[in-house]
Order: sequence, then C-alpha cells, then structure tokens
Amino acid sequence: MSVMEAKSISIVFGGLKAVTNFDLKLGKGELVGLIGPNGAGKTTVFNMLTGVYSPTSGDIVLNTSREGHNYKSIIKLKPYQITQSGVARTFQNIRLFKDLSVLDNVRIAFHFNVKYNALQGILRTTAFYNEEDEITEKARDLLKIFNLQDKEKELAKNLPYGEQRKLEITRALATNPKVLLLDEPAAGMNPQETHDLMNLISFIRNKFDLTILLIEHDMSLVMGICERIVVLDYGQTIAVGTPEQISKDPKVIKAYLGEGV
Amino acid sequence: MKKNRIFNTITLLSASVIVFIVLAALLFTGIIDEYNGQLLTLAGIYIIVSLSLNLITGFTGQLSLGQAGFMSIGAYSSAIAMMNFHLPLVVSIIIGGLVTAVFGLLIGFPTLRLRGDYLAITTLGFGEIIRVIMVNLETYTGGAAGLKGIPSFSDTGDFLKDSIIKFSWVYVFVIITIVIVNNLINSSPGRAIVSIREDEIAANSMGINVSYYKIFSFTMSAFLAGIGGALYAVYFGYLNPVMFWFLTSVNFVVIVVLGGMGSITGTILAGVGFTYIQEWLRFFKDFRLVIFGLALIIVMLFWPRGLMGTNEFSIVKFVRKYIRKEHEGGSSKPSKIKGVK
Ligand SMILES: Nc1ncnc2c1ncn2[C@@H]1O[C@H](COP(=O)(O)OP(=O)(O)O)[C@@H](O)[C@H]1O
Ligand SMILES: [Mg+2]
Repeated sequence: MSVMEAKSISIVFGGLKAVTNFDLKLGKGELVGLIGPNGAGKTTVFNMLTGVYSPTSGDIVLNTSREGHNYKSIIKLKPYQITQSGVARTFQNIRLFKDLSVLDNVRIAFHFNVKYNALQGILRTTAFYNEEDEITEKARDLLKIFNLQDKEKELAKNLPYGEQRKLEITRALATNPKVLLLDEPAAGMNPQETHDLMNLISFIRNKFDLTILLIEHDMSLVMGICERIVVLDYGQTIAVGTPEQISKDPKVIKAYLGEGV
Repeated sequence: MKKNRIFNTITLLSASVIVFIVLAALLFTGIIDEYNGQLLTLAGIYIIVSLSLNLITGFTGQLSLGQAGFMSIGAYSSAIAMMNFHLPLVVSIIIGGLVTAVFGLLIGFPTLRLRGDYLAITTLGFGEIIRVIMVNLETYTGGAAGLKGIPSFSDTGDFLKDSIIKFSWVYVFVIITIVIVNNLINSSPGRAIVSIREDEIAANSMGINVSYYKIFSFTMSAFLAGIGGALYAVYFGYLNPVMFWFLTSVNFVVIVVLGGMGSITGTILAGVGFTYIQEWLRFFKDFRLVIFGLALIIVMLFWPRGLMGTNEFSIVKFVRKYIRKEHEGGSSKPSKIKGVK
C-alpha cells in the first residue's frame, strides 16, 4: 500500500527539462533515498511534491486513509495545504525562522492545528493559555529527541550548523506528517555527526510511523539506512533498487564517475 | 503557571495605572504645562498609528507607505459619524476603525502578489488616491477647504481640565493598542504572522496560510491606524486632506525604523521622541526635513536595527528581577538591573 505516488511528473524551466517522467511509489513506513549528481533534479522533485512548483505534466497523489486506499491528487494544492495534508519537508539551503527562538520555530509548525483564534489570543482566554501550554510542552518533547532542549531560548541563527539542520527536522516533525521529505539533511556535517543523524532519522521513522524520502548527494551515506534507492541523472531516473543493486549498477557508477567523486 | 499569569497581569495593570496617575498628576499640578500635555497627547496618537504600521511592516515584513491614507479614512469617517449622524464620540471612533479595516481588507487582496519596493509604491499610491478622493468628496469632507467643528473629548473652556481629559482618552486607547498588538504577536496567530516576515516559503511549508495572515495583518493594521486617525480628528477638531499626504506616512515609517522594526517598546520611545523633536525643529521650517534626514542617517549608521532592534523592554521581567534581588537580601542596585531581554 503506498502513501504517496508521483505519476510520471515532468517539469520544464524555459526549455530546460529539469525532471522528466519521474515515477515514485512511497510504501507505508518506507525509507527511500533519492540520489544523483549535483543538478540532477532532486530538489526540483521535492519542490513538485510539496507544491512549490507545479509539474508541467503528470500527477501526484496522496493516500488520505490510514489503512485503505483513498487517493487524492495534490497537484493543485498550495504548499501549506499539502503540509496540512501530511507531507512535511526540510530545505537544502536551511530555511529556519532565523530571528526567532528555537522554541518558537517549532511552535509555529503547530499553528495550523491550534484551535483558539486571534481574538481569544488577544483577550488571553483560558483556551489560549491551555493550548499554549500544550503546544509548548509538545515542542519541548520534540526538541528533546534532537537534544536541543537546552537551547530553546536561543535564536535559530545562533545555533551551530549541524543543530540548525536538526531544528529544521524537528520543525517539520511538529506538523505531524505522514510523509517526511529531507533535502540533504547531512550537508555540511562531519562524518561522525552524519552517522549519528542517519541513526536518528531511522529512529524517528519508527517512533512516528513515518514514510521518509531522503535526498543525498553522497551515495555512501544512504546505503546504510535506505531500503530502496532512486537515482536521478539529468532529470531522468536511471536506476531504482536496493542499495546493493544500486552500488553495482554500471549506469549509476558512470553518472557518479562523470562527476569525479 | 497560573500564579505567574496573575502576577504578570497585575504588574502590567499597575504599571499602566501608575504611569497614568503620575502623568495626570504632573499635568494637574502644572509641572507638565498644557503645551506639553498637548504634545504628549499627540505623541499618544502617533504611537497608535506607528504601532499599526509596525504590525504590518515590522512584524509581518510588508513595507507600507500608505498608513496616512488609512489614518485619513478613520479620521473622516468618524468625523462624519459624529457630525452627520450625531453618534457618540467613542462609538464614532470605533466606527472610524472599522470602516478603515474594511479598506485594509480590500487593499490587502491586490497587494498579496506584491513584494518589497512594488508593495511600498502601491501602498504609497493608495494613500495619495485616498487623499485625492477626500479632496473631491466635498459634500462630506469639506474638500480642500477642510472640515471644521469636529466635536472634542471635552470642551468646557477650562484648558487644564480639557487637556487632562483629552490626554486620558488617548492614553486609554494607547494602552488598548499596545495590549492588542502585544497579545496578538505573542500568540499562535501572531507567530504565524512573524514567520511570514522571517521566511515566506518556510512559513508556507509549515502549513501557514500566508495569504490569509497577510490580509489579516493588513486589516488589523488598518483598523488601528483608523482608530489613530479618528483620535487625530477629535484632537485637532479640524481635518484637511493635506494632513494626510505621503510625508505623513513617511513620518510613521521613520518612527518605526528608529524605534526598531518589530519592537513595541521601541515604537513607543521613538513615537514620543519624534513628537518632541518635530516640535523643537518647528523653528527651522523647511530645514526640518533636512535635519530629520540627517538624524535618520546618523541613527542608521550607529544603530542599523533601530534603538531597540526587535527587543522589548519588559516591565514584568524588570519587576521580577527587582523582587528577586530584594529576596536574596543583596543590595538591589538599580544599576545592575537590566530589564531589556
Ligand atoms: N526555479 C528554477 N528555474 C530555472 N531552473 C531551475 C529552477 N530550479 C531548478 N532549476 C534547474 O533544474 C536543475 C535541477 O536542479 P536541482 O533540482 O536543484 O538539482 P539537485 O537538487 O539534484 O542538485 C538545475 O539545472 C537547476 O539549475
Ligand atoms: Mg538539491
């Protein structure tokens, strides 16, 4: 049973075919890697899946029921509606709310589930206080998982790079997603940090019952944790398979050799 | 938790009452003369309009150069409510705010797609259009000749009494405005608004309906600016479209930038400062603008984020620290107390 499907999506940017006929079925609970050389179109796939760009052709569907099959097309939805439907993401170029505290970064992600309205907020009703306490507590619980609990008062921009990446994941988790899309979450981390992060990603997948699609530029990083890998090159899917199969695939080796890695 | 809330509320309430009593007493005893009383009242109105601008520009990140336009809608509609429909003063002021809010909502939509300079130019155009409309709606607005005889808060002929009553009314509205903006910003919808300023794309991907909150913020900002405009009408008792030309909008931008975009206390400080400096520079006539420009350049060179940045001076924290020091039995040297978070 799949949670999300991309059906032959393509996008053209002024003549450049950034992604061509991309197909993907994300099974429930799967951890899938999306790899490929720089400029292959990985981030563009994310941007289509999350509604930032509309594909030139093709369809994207989301399974809205937990057990059965009830697919709805999300291709016309705005990014915030897609997030509200259960797809959250992080960004390759970190996009935190820089001048806000770590805690507020996470609390913002709870906003669309908050029931009290602006007037109740201004009048400071009991509903306001109760729900604020509730989301603050939830935000703290999430921060604990990423070992950020002691930094809740710091401004996001003052965190070290690795922690900023973790905060972005925390924030995405706070939207309570079914599908989590991570765009190069280990970029800029040292090997030890990367290793720990990969373990953490596998841990949250189990804990929150998530389906994860993970972009990684460096092939070796995802080999350990992904069940399945999709390889993009020049916007085309050149291989799909287990890490084992992918690492032996001549087309993949060639694509990466061309890059000189 | 609950104890904290009660403590905070009591602290803030007593702080506003104490400030009021002190100022009223100073006015009453003549230590602050009527002239300064008038200036403080005017500063209060400037603070209200500047806070409305700070909401849309400092907190939501959308530069508006049309705040004087909103102000004039509030001013004229409340004046008309009083003079043509004979509604009570306070009711008219609130009507001024509501009518302006409708305009805020209406111009909120077309400006959704605009950003930065384009938004600024469009809002500037809006302000000028409103001014031209006010000149041409002569039957209701008195046109370019102006509108005279707007009822005042108090018109007993006793200058001292009148100025204290006017000051008190404006003071109440200032406090209400501060509470509205502060409580809104420190709530979940407020965080949604600030997230738009921080990063629109990220806000969107966090499930926040960015368009909705931009329009919400525009509407709220217009409402408060309309209230400010209505008070302005009552304060002067006379209106003329020239009062709301685009340099008036620029003045509010100056106040917000000087105080710090996204700082409520910064706007309050800068609002009072601006009113006084403007008055002192009256003597320089047109040179005033040059001096203002220079002052602005100097401030921006040394404090590029304004006096307060995005920080706030918190009375609650100040009092808390003070109490803690007392409890510890240590010397509570005021010099050690930094109430700025
Ligand atoms: N908004 C855009 N406008 C034009 N070209 C774009 C845009 N976004 C991405 N591209 C192009 O699409 C290609 C794929 O980019 P991207 O998806 O960022 O690659 P990757 O994430 O795999 O490194 C690149 O050639 C890039 O220049
Ligand atoms: Mg990329």
